[in-house]
Amino acid sequence: MRMKHIFMSGLVLVAASGVAVAGPKPAGGTISGKVTYEGTPAKMKPIDMSKEPSCAKMHTTPPLAETVVTGAGNSLENVVVYVSAGAPDDAAPSTAAVFTQKGCRYIPHVLAFQVNQEIKIANEDQTSHNIHPLPKLNREWNKSQPPGTPPITEKYDKHEIFPVKCNVHPWMHGNFAVLKNSHFAVTGDGGAFSLANLPPGKYTITAWHESYGEQTQDVTISGSESKTISFVFKAKPY
Amino acid sequence: MGKLLAIVLLIIALASAYPIVTNMFELPKDISTHGHAIDEQIKDTMLEAGFSFLGAQLVLAFFVWSFTGRKEGSPLKNFPGGARILVIAAFVLVGTEILALGVMGQKAWANVYFTSPAPGALQVQAQAEQFAFYFRYPGPDGQFGTIHPEKIDEGNQNYFGLDPANDVAARDDIVSGQLVVPVNREVQLLMHAKDVGHSFYVRELRIQQDFVPGLDLSLHFTATEIGKYEIVCTQLCGLGHYNMKAYLNVMSQEDYDNWQKEQSAQ
Repeated sequence: MRMKHIFMSGLVLVAASGVAVAGPKPAGGTISGKVTYEGTPAKMKPIDMSKEPSCAKMHTTPPLAETVVTGAGNSLENVVVYVSAGAPDDAAPSTAAVFTQKGCRYIPHVLAFQVNQEIKIANEDQTSHNIHPLPKLNREWNKSQPPGTPPITEKYDKHEIFPVKCNVHPWMHGNFAVLKNSHFAVTGDGGAFSLANLPPGKYTITAWHESYGEQTQDVTISGSESKTISFVFKAKPY
Repeated sequence: MGKLLAIVLLIIALASAYPIVTNMFELPKDISTHGHAIDEQIKDTMLEAGFSFLGAQLVLAFFVWSFTGRKEGSPLKNFPGGARILVIAAFVLVGTEILALGVMGQKAWANVYFTSPAPGALQVQAQAEQFAFYFRYPGPDGQFGTIHPEKIDEGNQNYFGLDPANDVAARDDIVSGQLVVPVNREVQLLMHAKDVGHSFYVRELRIQQDFVPGLDLSLHFTATEIGKYEIVCTQLCGLGHYNMKAYLNVMSQEDYDNWQKEQSAQ
């Protein structure tokens, strides 16, 4: 009976994906690519969390700092790739972007979301945190969050990328990227990104990395073409 | 009624003295070479203060007992010579006691603060910040890198503001969240506050010293027992003060050398 159930669910899934593939493609083109580095990146040091035993025991080996995270083939993670010019501002989506404090780390390390989009900041640790984002254009605040308290909800009304720190745990560090439109991606393992649904036009694509700075490229999209671009950052050993 | 008060006074005095006399609250283990002098001083202080307290309470109880139930209109008895003699006597007695404690105690204190560490002492820099301690070792080259406050980048684990790109001495500096020291070796702690006032307190080491912003203070100690002890901040320093702690890890020389190698490799 159970096998049959699984089989049926599988059929439904296959059918559903078939529909998705067969359906009309979303209008517009796609800009995709990969972010890599050249040179020698700094060696990330393990974080000593011994002062916060409840967090230290959540990691089998001490986690490394995340200011530079690299992958196979010189790929660079945690790079925000977004359309900085050429696309109109989008209305904020109704879903909230989630930022979690877990094991005395910020997950994700870089959270990208839109202007006026709700962000939910959760504390899943058995210790108090005090989240303190450090914007220069937006309103600055810091909030204490004891264990077990509901998520903090906030919004930002200006485009800006800025660091986030915890006032209790000096090693905790992340970034917020507040963006004007919905065409953005944060590179993960492999350094790949893809910006879809771009109507024909000329766009400026910006790639931002917290240690290596910013790069831009102009790309023109006609029809629903797909274009591939790549960003190469210069890595520094220190 | 007055006699009952005298009895209550007597009971309170004796009950208060009981835990002290029977040593009910023992001092924590002492793992330092200088700590015994401080323990002696604490004991002497308790003894003197205890005797004075008991004496005063017993005299008070005696007077309450003896002079209660005085009949209306009967003459009041005065202390021979009047109150002035009494006040002067109390002043001299208490003054002598405190002076004696101070004179005896300065030796214990001066042993820690007015002496220089031995030339071969292990130098460790301790930095206090909201709300953690960080410790820096000079590394294999024996030299601390220069501190550049503008280079402090905590997200990148650069708590001291080192500049390894341009400063060779900073490249091998070891920075740790715990104070690791070899047993039976003198350690000189160079104390640096990054933001506000903090304090370094390890009860087993019998050391409590403030970090003062703008003042680089120094203290020295020798830990005599292998183990892990808590370092706490005892100067209210802000919202996370309750959570500001670190560990003192006293290791054998061999374990310490291995730890240093491990840290250098990271």
